[in-house]
Amino acid sequence: MAVHGYGAALMEASPFAIPSRKLTMWLFIISDAVTFGALLFGYGYLRTASPDWPAPFKFNPSILNVMIMTFVLVTSSLTMLGAVDSAKAGDKAKAGRFLWSTILLGVIFAGLHIREWFGLIDEGVRLFQNPWGSPLFGATFFSITGLHLLHVVSGVVAIAVVARKFARGSLTAGHVEATGLYWHFVDLVWMFVVPLIYLLNLSR
Amino acid sequence: MAASAPSGNVIAKYLPVYFVLLAIAVLEVFIAYRTTSTVSLLVILLALAVCGGALAVMYFMHLAQERRSLFLTLIPALIFVLLMMNMIWTDSFRLLHFRPFAH
Repeated sequence: MAVHGYGAALMEASPFAIPSRKLTMWLFIISDAVTFGALLFGYGYLRTASPDWPAPFKFNPSILNVMIMTFVLVTSSLTMLGAVDSAKAGDKAKAGRFLWSTILLGVIFAGLHIREWFGLIDEGVRLFQNPWGSPLFGATFFSITGLHLLHVVSGVVAIAVVARKFARGSLTAGHVEATGLYWHFVDLVWMFVVPLIYLLNLSR
Repeated sequence: MAASAPSGNVIAKYLPVYFVLLAIAVLEVFIAYRTTSTVSLLVILLALAVCGGALAVMYFMHLAQERRSLFLTLIPALIFVLLMMNMIWTDSFRLLHFRPFAH
């Protein structure tokens, strides 16, 4: 990869042939994956060690809600891909439409997530108590899904900022791509949260 | 601001992976209701999640199109750290007897 600008003669080309912002985002994603991995391992330990771990998730409303959430989040990844490719092709108008579609889907996902939380809170689930069994169920459920929800909300804000600045011309397609990497990671984490947190705790 | 260049249907090439990811999500729910053994269910669900995750990383995050050195730098390191966590995970059972929520 060619290196341009001040001091370029002193700099080596990237061994990965990607811009530094993209490599930084990859390193952040790997560290964040380890964070989620630690939380999910901790949850696994607590679930295995607790003989009275509750299984509260009924098909309606919880699993149905989760399936809709999965559809919304995977679709938002698709619109994000559209935004990245349109931005790289120089089609700012289309990239903007895809970015705002991604934001809308992210907001819908967050709304469905909060609805799921309120449903469980109405049933008596708190951080350290619930009506069914091990009191740590609420702590692990709200910690893991809460951290994921925080990532979704942060992603929505980041995409909104990038969409505005990309439309004005102060950010490039590379910035859209780096933000897209983050958004796909949020989708990726959800693919592990659903089976481990929801589907392993079905109410039969 | 530079003039926008119109682009074609940019998401069409991603649709196969998109539909496979949705199919995996539906299959997970179906299997979860069919399987009664928790251990079997955990293994199957994790295998499906890893498949879905790999598709997302390779095609949505375009790692398949990057230099192999990037893949070899990131992914083995991540797997190593996760496996090391799993090694110390079983040791943490000893702490169970010191925790107030154990009983």
